[in-house]
Amino acid sequence: MSDNIVVSHGTDLRKGEIVRYTLKERMCHWLSAVSYVYLLLSGLALFSPYLYWIAYILGGGPTVRFWHPWVGLVFFFVQMWMHSMWKREMTVTDQDRQWSKTVKEYVTNRDDKVAPAGNFNHGQKQFYWAMFYSTLVLIITGLLMWFPELVSLKAHGLMPLVIFLHCTAALVTIAAFMIHVYMGIVFVSGGLQGILWGHVPISWAKTHHRLWFEKVQREDRSRISSSEF
Amino acid sequence: MSNGTLEIKAISGHSGKSAGNGVSRDYDVCKLIDTTTCIGCKACEVACVEWNGYEFRETTFDNTYQTMPETAWNFWNLIKFNEVETDNGLQWLMRKDQCMHCEEPGCLIACPADGAIVQYTNGIVDFNQANCIGCQYCVTGCPFNIPKFNAATKKVYKCTLCSDRVGAGLEPACIKSCPTGCLHFGSKEDMKFEAAKRVKQLHDNGHADAGVYNPGDPDGGSDGSIGGTHVIYVLNDAKHPENYALPASPSVPIFVKLWKGPLKWIGGLGMIAGLAALFGHYVRYGPKPLHDESDEGRRAQ
Repeated sequence: MSDNIVVSHGTDLRKGEIVRYTLKERMCHWLSAVSYVYLLLSGLALFSPYLYWIAYILGGGPTVRFWHPWVGLVFFFVQMWMHSMWKREMTVTDQDRQWSKTVKEYVTNRDDKVAPAGNFNHGQKQFYWAMFYSTLVLIITGLLMWFPELVSLKAHGLMPLVIFLHCTAALVTIAAFMIHVYMGIVFVSGGLQGILWGHVPISWAKTHHRLWFEKVQREDRSRISSSEF
Repeated sequence: MSNGTLEIKAISGHSGKSAGNGVSRDYDVCKLIDTTTCIGCKACEVACVEWNGYEFRETTFDNTYQTMPETAWNFWNLIKFNEVETDNGLQWLMRKDQCMHCEEPGCLIACPADGAIVQYTNGIVDFNQANCIGCQYCVTGCPFNIPKFNAATKKVYKCTLCSDRVGAGLEPACIKSCPTGCLHFGSKEDMKFEAAKRVKQLHDNGHADAGVYNPGDPDGGSDGSIGGTHVIYVLNDAKHPENYALPASPSVPIFVKLWKGPLKWIGGLGMIAGLAALFGHYVRYGPKPLHDESDEGRRAQ
C-alpha cells in the first residue's frame, strides 16, 4: 500500500476520490444482494416447470423448500437494517420530481439536460421503495406459506390468494432487480466500484449525484480524500 | 406410490408432455359409491390401512360414530357420518370420504415439484413422495381437503385408488372389503351406467331427489370445473350434496388458476422481454459517459 491512501468510513481513498458508501452500507447491501439472489433462483425454480432444473443445482426440491424460507427471513432482517440506515435518504423530494421530469434524457444519455440528483436519484428511490414494500408482502405471505399446516382450516381458502400475492410481489422485485443490476453494473460504469469498495472518483460523484457531492463538500469533509484540497 | 405399469398422462411441475403419452389402450377407471346401501361398517377403512401398510393411528373422539374428524396422512379412507334434519325427520347419512381423483386435479395443477404428482391415463391421480418437496401447494389446490401433510417426513399423502393393485389388474382394497356391495369398481362408462340404473331404481321407489354426484363431468350431473371425478356417488338427495359434507360445485381455486395460468406466462414472458429490452438499450445507448473529465475519473472505467 502506498502512503497516499487514507482510510475513511472503512474505505480506502486515493487522490481525487470520495466515500460513496461506508463499509456498513456496503456490507448491508451485499448481504441483501446475496440472500436475494438465492431467493430469486430458488423462487424461480418453484415458479415455473421450465426453471425447476435450478432446484437440482441448489441441492434438490426438498432442500430448496427448506432453505428458501430461512434465507427469506435473513433477507427480511437485512432489509429492515437497510431501512433503518436509508429511510431518510430515500424520502422523495422536490429535487427528485425535477429529476424525474428529465428521466427520458437520463436513460438516453443526454446527461447535460438531466436535473442534478442528491445521494440517491429518484429512480434509485423508486427501486428502494418497490423492494421495501414487496419485502413486506413477501414476508407476511411467506410466513403463512412456510407453515401452511398451522393455518387454520377455515382460513385455508385464503392460501391460494396468499401464494398468488407472494408470486406477484416476487415478480415486482424481479423487474426492479433486473433494472437495478443493469444500471449498477452495465449502464452506469463506476457504480459497481462504489458499492463494492466504497470509493468513487469525485468526477463520478459530480456527474451522477451533484447535489450530494456539494452537500458532502459542505458538511462532511471526512468523506473526501484530503489530498484533493 | 407411483406405479410403473400404468401409463402417465400428466406430471406436476413438468415442462413438456409426459413421455409415451397416448400409446396404451388404458380406459378410464372409476369407483362408484352407493351411499344408499352403505351401512357405515368401516370395513373399507380397515382394508385401506391394511393394504397400504400403516399402523392404526391415534384418533380423536368427537361424540360421533366417525373414526376421526377428517382423513389423515396415513388414514386415507374415512366414513363420514352426518345428521341432517329434514321435513321427513332426521337423516343419518354415511359417506365414504377419500380422494376423488379429479379429471382436472387441483393438486397437480398447483404442485411445483417435477413428478411429485402424476395422473395416469386411466384417471388415477397419484402422489410420488420421492419427488414431493412438502410445500403443500396441493392442499391449497384441492377442493375436497384430501392431501395431508406428515410433519415428520415433510411429505404429503393421500388415497392412491390402489394404483398398485389396479396396475396389477385388481380392484382397490376398499372395494374388495365392502360387505353390502355399495362399492363398485370398473370403467368410468360402466360405473356411470350402474349409477344411473340405481338412481332410476331409487326414483321408482319414491326417492325423487336421488342422483349421481360426478361434479363437472361433461355428461352432466353436477356443477364444478374439475371435469368430473373418478370416484362418483349415488346420493339419496343429490340436490344437497352439502348434507354429505360434499361441495356443491367443487372447483380449482381461482387464484390457483390465475397463478398457474396467466401469472406464470405474463411473468415468464415479462422477464424475457425485460432482459431483451435492457440488452437493446445497452446496444443503442451504451454506458453513461462521465461528462466531468477534469478530475481523475480513470478508475471509474
